[in-house]
Amino acid sequence: MISAASTITAAGDGFTAPGPANFEYPELFSVGGVDVTKPMVQLVLAGILVLAFFWMASRRAAMVPGRLQFAGEGAYNFVRNSVGRDIIGSHDFQRFVPYLVALFFFVLVNNLFASIPFIQFPTFSRSSMAYALAGLSWLIYNGVGIAKHGFVGYLKLQSIPSGVPAAMYPLLVPLEFFSNILVRPVTLALRLFANMFAGHLLLILFATGGLYLVSEYGGAVGVISGIAAWVMAILVSFLEILVQFLQAYVFVLLNAMYIQGALADEH
Amino acid sequence: MKSMFLILAEGEEGGHTPESPLAIEPVEIVLSLIVFALLFLAVRKFVVPNFEKTYAERTQAIEGGLAAAENKQAEADAKLAELEQQLADARHEAARIREEAREQGPRSSPRCGEQAQAESARIVEHGKAQIEAERQQAVTSLRAEVGTLATGLAGRIVGESLEDDARQARVVERFLADLETGPSAPGAN
Repeated sequence: MISAASTITAAGDGFTAPGPANFEYPELFSVGGVDVTKPMVQLVLAGILVLAFFWMASRRAAMVPGRLQFAGEGAYNFVRNSVGRDIIGSHDFQRFVPYLVALFFFVLVNNLFASIPFIQFPTFSRSSMAYALAGLSWLIYNGVGIAKHGFVGYLKLQSIPSGVPAAMYPLLVPLEFFSNILVRPVTLALRLFANMFAGHLLLILFATGGLYLVSEYGGAVGVISGIAAWVMAILVSFLEILVQFLQAYVFVLLNAMYIQGALADEH
Repeated sequence: MKSMFLILAEGEEGGHTPESPLAIEPVEIVLSLIVFALLFLAVRKFVVPNFEKTYAERTQAIEGGLAAAENKQAEADAKLAELEQQLADARHEAARIREEAREQGPRSSPRCGEQAQAESARIVEHGKAQIEAERQQAVTSLRAEVGTLATGLAGRIVGESLEDDARQARVVERFLADLETGPSAPGAN
């Protein structure tokens, strides 16, 4: 996609291809010397929305749920059971449910912002937001692992694969340590950030490219290909909704798997 | 990738270089952590307990309902078994009564009347035959006795030799009377 954009740019038709600049927002206002930008407002808004929804859905705690409570329970159960209980196991999962539920819906709403009119920006295409959650995840799964096995025990658990001859240790131990301790937070953050970033970039490209083709390039070719680009933009929008959901799911699923791995008795 | 972004960006914006999209923004990191931490705490305090409480209550209600239903089912089963037992008893009783009736039936049935008639006819026949046999026997013995009597009487008549006409007349008359009473007497003499 980038190469296509640069080709057009190279053709010298004056089309401004979307780039990282599209992800830089000017400050809306400033609070105590901190410039507040649109993604930051979105972040807070997402937190408020998630909390408001769940608070209202769970407030009445009726035996026979109303419509809102039913929806809330369905959403809560999805994370609680299919992520928490099924991955972490019924013995330990309960204490991680608040974390997993908050995480999944926080990421999901922030991702869905990319497809909501007038917001139309995925918060986690700001990489630092993703770094924060990935770093938190790293602290949590390592923390529960050390709390359960002790520092040395936990390092052994994560670095020394069981059922492997000791002769292989010099090769495998650094590899396991690298993949389980060092790489995980990076991939976690980059996966979320890059998906949101690329999806948004793609949408901007089709939307602005279509506009350019119809209005600037002109002619039958320009109009037809411009409309085709807009159709693609709509299709990509639907694809992006799927990606937004999947990335939130994968993020929280990997969190649960890392926690499960840290709590496991055998590697 | 990064360099290409930079080239494109420089081309567009003429000098202003946007930061790499991978650049670390401390403000955003801190804000993310704060917002998420608040959300997490609120969810843990206000949302999860409510849902879990509802689940626990609901599970209890369902389990209680199931237990009650099981009790009801057991009761119904017991009742059904009892009723079936009663039905079997009643059937057994009916079969017994039918069997008894079948045993006693011939005595009171029409066929038994025929049998009784045949029986009585047989008894009557038997009696008749016996009477006939006794009569024959009597006739046979009478014949023998009549001879003896006639002989005795003749002897007496001859022996007494008519000493009294009147007595003689009585004897003859008695004899005749005797003869008349015995049906086979005339033939015997």
